[in-house]
Amino acid sequence: MAKKLALIASKGTLDWAYPPFILASTAAALDYEVEIFFTFYGLTLLKKDLSDLKVSPLGNPAMPMPVPMPNFVQMLPGMETMATMMMKQKIADKGVASIEDLRNACLESGVKFIACQMTVDLFDFKATDFIEGIEFGGAATYFQFAGESDVNLFI
Amino acid sequence: MEFDKEVDATGLNCPLPILRCKKGLSELSAAQVLKVISTDPGSVKDFNAFCVQTGHELLQLDEDDTSFTFYIKKRAS
Repeated sequence: MAKKLALIASKGTLDWAYPPFILASTAAALDYEVEIFFTFYGLTLLKKDLSDLKVSPLGNPAMPMPVPMPNFVQMLPGMETMATMMMKQKIADKGVASIEDLRNACLESGVKFIACQMTVDLFDFKATDFIEGIEFGGAATYFQFAGESDVNLFI
Repeated sequence: MEFDKEVDATGLNCPLPILRCKKGLSELSAAQVLKVISTDPGSVKDFNAFCVQTGHELLQLDEDDTSFTFYIKKRAS
């Protein structure tokens, strides 16, 4: 019987979009059955348009910067956009997959995406904001799969 | 070494070489051999782990200064 991986994706920044999609697509390649439960800011990763995913250096002292940059500089208008552009450039230069590509790899290999209905309501998102083929559910839906999974991660 | 299909994953980073390899294998029949070329140093450990977990057989690994070439035989079922 296939092993199972259950993930909770709770973050919606460009950097944190990677772990759930990398792990899910790789697990699927290893013949795992995979479900990802997207909740709170993680719902952003299910939107049709992923081009506005951003990364912020603010409050993230571990983010490598070309020159040391104190917080009061990082908070200036445009800094987040610049950091995001730099990150995207690095991603392309190093042959790292785009989030779109990894998400498509997940969908092609049968990874199941569940959107947290409560957060959808909370943030006034519409079903039409999201890609096709996802399901909507709550905590009990998550546990139905997670309870019988072999690996279970909160991201 | 003889092979039935080749996948070029040069310049790609984790997890793309593994995903390309999986896709390549899915287009082969049992016991056919897939050749994968990668430049990702992490792929040596990853391809071993992939084969151990999926039952495909890593027949051979060739290394030169810049790349790694894997020959993987597709499992029976």
